[in-house]
Amino acid sequence: MPEIYDVVIIGGGVIGCMIARYLSRYQLSILLIEKEADIGMGASSANSAIVHAGYDPVPGSLKAKMNVAANSMWDTLAGELNFPFERRGDYVVAVGSYELSKLALLMDQGRQNGVPGMHLITAEEMRKREPNITPDVSGAVWAPTGGICDPFAVTIAAAENAVQNGVRVLLNTTFEDFLMEGKRIVGINTNRGMYACRWVVNAAGIYSDVVMHKAGVRPEFKISPRKGDYYVLDREEIVINNVLFPVPGTAGKGILVTTTLHGNTIVGPNSRSQDNPEDNSVTPGCLDEVWSGAKKLVPSLNLRHVIALFAGLRSTGNAPCEAPGVDYVGDFVIEIPDQVRGLVNLSGIESPGLTSAPAIALRVIDLLIDAGEHLREKRDWNPIRPPRPRFRDLPHHEKARLVNEDSRYGRVICRCEMITEAEILAEIRAPIPATTYDAIKRRTWLGTGRCLGGFDMPRVVELIAQELRIPQIEVTKRGPGSEFLVRPTKLAEEHYDS
Amino acid sequence: MTPKEKYDVVIIGSGPAGLAAAISAKKAGAEDVVIIERDVEPGGILLQCIHNGFGLELLKTDLTGPGYAQTFIDEARSLGVEIWTDTMVLDMTTQRRVYATSKIRGFLDFQARAIVLAMGCRERTRAQVRLAGSRPAGVYTAGTAQRWVNVEGYLPGKRVVILGSGDIGMIMARRLTLEGAKVERVLEVMPYLTGLTRNYVQCLLDYDIPLQLRHTVRNIIGKNRVEAVESVMVDENWNPIAGTSEIIPCDTLLLSVGLIPENELSRKIGVRMDPIVGGPYVDDNFETTIPGIFAAGNVVHVYDLVDWVTEAGYLAGKSAARFAMMERRKEIRHIPLVPGNNVRYVVPQEIDKQNLEGNEIRLQLRVKQPVDSPVYIEVRNRDNLVKRKAEPYVRPGEIVTAVITPKEYDEVNRSDFLQIAVVAR
Repeated sequence: MPEIYDVVIIGGGVIGCMIARYLSRYQLSILLIEKEADIGMGASSANSAIVHAGYDPVPGSLKAKMNVAANSMWDTLAGELNFPFERRGDYVVAVGSYELSKLALLMDQGRQNGVPGMHLITAEEMRKREPNITPDVSGAVWAPTGGICDPFAVTIAAAENAVQNGVRVLLNTTFEDFLMEGKRIVGINTNRGMYACRWVVNAAGIYSDVVMHKAGVRPEFKISPRKGDYYVLDREEIVINNVLFPVPGTAGKGILVTTTLHGNTIVGPNSRSQDNPEDNSVTPGCLDEVWSGAKKLVPSLNLRHVIALFAGLRSTGNAPCEAPGVDYVGDFVIEIPDQVRGLVNLSGIESPGLTSAPAIALRVIDLLIDAGEHLREKRDWNPIRPPRPRFRDLPHHEKARLVNEDSRYGRVICRCEMITEAEILAEIRAPIPATTYDAIKRRTWLGTGRCLGGFDMPRVVELIAQELRIPQIEVTKRGPGSEFLVRPTKLAEEHYDS
Repeated sequence: MTPKEKYDVVIIGSGPAGLAAAISAKKAGAEDVVIIERDVEPGGILLQCIHNGFGLELLKTDLTGPGYAQTFIDEARSLGVEIWTDTMVLDMTTQRRVYATSKIRGFLDFQARAIVLAMGCRERTRAQVRLAGSRPAGVYTAGTAQRWVNVEGYLPGKRVVILGSGDIGMIMARRLTLEGAKVERVLEVMPYLTGLTRNYVQCLLDYDIPLQLRHTVRNIIGKNRVEAVESVMVDENWNPIAGTSEIIPCDTLLLSVGLIPENELSRKIGVRMDPIVGGPYVDDNFETTIPGIFAAGNVVHVYDLVDWVTEAGYLAGKSAARFAMMERRKEIRHIPLVPGNNVRYVVPQEIDKQNLEGNEIRLQLRVKQPVDSPVYIEVRNRDNLVKRKAEPYVRPGEIVTAVITPKEYDEVNRSDFLQIAVVAR
């Protein structure tokens, strides 16, 4: 007998986790499956970390609607889930007279989409506000509702809150096929067996086309992965106060210069189509493209200050916008399709997907209600996901208090980012246990500093092994197959044998 | 909590620079000298350098890294230097307030009269050489691999390519070969060796490990674990030469692509940095641009031999001790002179202890009541007699003079105040 659920969510990215969190409010049994060793390992963990104001999507598109609706939800969400979020506002920076003329268009688009508070500012004002900006700036659009977040924390906090409220999360679990009774979905098959359910939510991101095709939905739909490369710079060397977008061209929002909530400047992404949905390697050509694009906005960027490189894949779809009169291909898909029963189909959720996630979750609930699902609220639903202390961010007297309470806060494991043993152990013991190096890294930002983990890696491997009671040689970076070590040394082996 | 509120010289890092600084600070007269070390044992990166060749210049012997470190750890300890291991400095102020944290000592907040920065250096990473490709397990800096093999006792890979002909890279090529791994080759982007020739001979030539100059890694292949790297030959501008690309199957890529002084703390307190070397500006005492904060060793610039790091540590430690002792002098409080039995007043009202080092201090007083029999004029530090002078009589109309000499310095130095009184003989 397979386990039976009301809802199975395929995919533990920000969309799947946010849906799990919002659905956990209701009296439903929910299972979320994720093929990787941790949640949030796809696009949710490799993006620009921006909560978009909403002036960019084509007016009338689902992207525009979701973006603007979700933007105003973020303050409450950050408060409830306790993840880092700051509504700092963002700029679209024009260089030269041609780009200046384009700003009016963006203003108009923002108005149509219902973005509040946007206005034009002069080049002089822009130079004052962002001293590192190019002297060739000709003007800018200021959107005060733009924000930045920690995207790993958003996904993890949403998933943890879901687990707190009874959702089951299975990692290392790959969707294989639907179990059908005629036109009705009655469950799924995975590498770990069958799970029966009444509803399946397709939140498989870059694989969401494969999943929907297995249900016979939208055979013409295709995800074409678009890769974007990024640089991360040393926060001691350059500080950018706000998000700086270039005037958008044909391929997305262009190469932007922004800051993380930790103060590191990020530049990227470019946009390259590729076939392989697994290949997120950085390439020299893309890196050059990103760098020259970013230099256009901030000429003082210095390659010597680069501390990390990464690339992410956008799940770009080809669904036409369904709003009448809007000529746009590549909109979000958020639907309960007619061809089968029991499928909530989400696809093509590229940028502004992270921003839109909470609104998408609410829309999924509306769709379920429209489809006749009687959703009854739980009495004891807890929307608060409690925060865990971040030693580094505390003032000295608070640090002292923490160390006095638990001496493991006194041992710093990651020197650059100042992450303590207690914080690492807390993540390994969290509602969704972090069992790989990268899982701990995404939750604590350990190993993301200047030394890229050179110092902390052996110590973290040792801690994971101790906590999970496994040999160090079984500890992985990102799941099975990514073990750090191959065997004990000859001397150590003799020592272990004797 | 620290045992003391103030330390003369606080040294951050117990590698060769820190140990030498502690030894010389102690020898130069600093009393409370403490080294703060974030690792669980003192010695710094020397502990994982189990090969020999250390100390040839300075000690005229050939030691291993741990052996070299132990020589200085022993000397420091015998001189009374405190070493706080497993303790990390989080922050400091320009006024030399130090904040540190430790699992065993708790949260520490104390004052240093002088500080020596001796945090050493760290390795350049794949991002700093803009290494493209995927981000699997199996890409390590040579130093991380060295720690795993020599300290933790684990082999990080079986089939290895090393990028960079720095010393640690070549030494690890030999070490991994001895451990049974196959080192496919060492790639160096420059047209010349970047490490020491002796290491090339002893670590690569002797073990038939090929070195390819003007070669670099263009791509890292493998999603979860390194499966191969793509190497390529470069021209004089480091641009890849078409047709020279080669896929080298391996499970590990070690990077030995340079070292950078580690100056997180230095930047935090705002010492001026030299953008070329990446270390603080120092004068010939190894003092930074913030008074009382000194720096020595690889934190200033990356050395080739440990012996010269030790020498730099000696100089910085000596300078720091000198600064600390000047601070101590400034802190010395004046000692009040308090009129006791039958004394109306005494001038001066307080004495500067420093003046007693080699000088006499004359005290003049008037009594309240005449005494016509012989008396003592006594200066006491509570119950201890500092000085006694006999007088045949005392009268309010006549000033009495007493003298404190350098002989009495120790007793005066111990006192909070001195009382001067007339007592019967």
